[in-house]
Amino acid sequence: MHAPTRIELLYWDGCPSHPEALALLEAVLREQGVKTAVELCEVHSQEEAEALRFPGSPTIRFDGRDVDPRGAGENPSLTCRIYYLPDGRVSPVPTRAQLEEALA
Amino acid sequence: MSLALGMPPPEFALAGVDGRTHTLASYDDVEILVLIQSCNHCPYVLAWEERMIEIQRDYADRGVRLVAVCSNDAERYPHDSFEEMVAHSANKGFNFDYLHDPDQSIARALGSERTPEVFVFDGGRRLVYHGAIDDNRDEAAVGRTYLRDALDAVLGDARPPVAETPPVGCTVKWLPTST
Repeated sequence: MHAPTRIELLYWDGCPSHPEALALLEAVLREQGVKTAVELCEVHSQEEAEALRFPGSPTIRFDGRDVDPRGAGENPSLTCRIYYLPDGRVSPVPTRAQLEEALA
Repeated sequence: MSLALGMPPPEFALAGVDGRTHTLASYDDVEILVLIQSCNHCPYVLAWEERMIEIQRDYADRGVRLVAVCSNDAERYPHDSFEEMVAHSANKGFNFDYLHDPDQSIARALGSERTPEVFVFDGGRRLVYHGAIDDNRDEAAVGRTYLRDALDAVLGDARPPVAETPPVGCTVKWLPTST
């Protein structure tokens, strides 16, 4: 397992998914024994979204790498981000498996 | 502030993805009218859409009509444009009307805050349930089926067991002049 030295959770307050994403992220980090603190970064404006390459809320990065590279390239926007479950259904938060894979 | 329980729905004349203009009177023959503040881009809507289709299918022959309305600012959220609504409805196989509210007058009149957000009007066209479709975006984890429970109650001439719940979803994307 690769323990990242920097863990960021970027979010926009207009989307209600970040508390759930943070709880899931912290649970996975705890299970994997990762002690790195999660940096919370609220994105307030379209300008900030563009400056931060923020494709939607929530966005989680380990050492700058998005945990879902598939969605990382979406246009920066103040929006709720879409994640996909293995069965093709949509979720507003990444899956546990995505977070675990990103840590591996 | 959201429309209060007991209040009637707002009048409207909105373009539907079927190419027709739909008014409140278009649904005069419907026993229960369910307006749903919705959109294309929100993952919460996408998570609940299949259940919307199932509810319309299950209650169609009992006089229940679901009508989804997209009011989001399509300038800032192009996925919510009318053209995208037409495509999205076709791709998903919507069995309910999907209407465009570009000036956001219906969203304002309903006092909508989220997508999806449900407003159930009974045969007397009074608001009897407002809020979430059910209690979990993950269908496998649903415990309380608020909308179905409300429909069953009203169809049985009773009050919904729960009349209001907090809607869970994306915020309505207001036009800059509407905020």
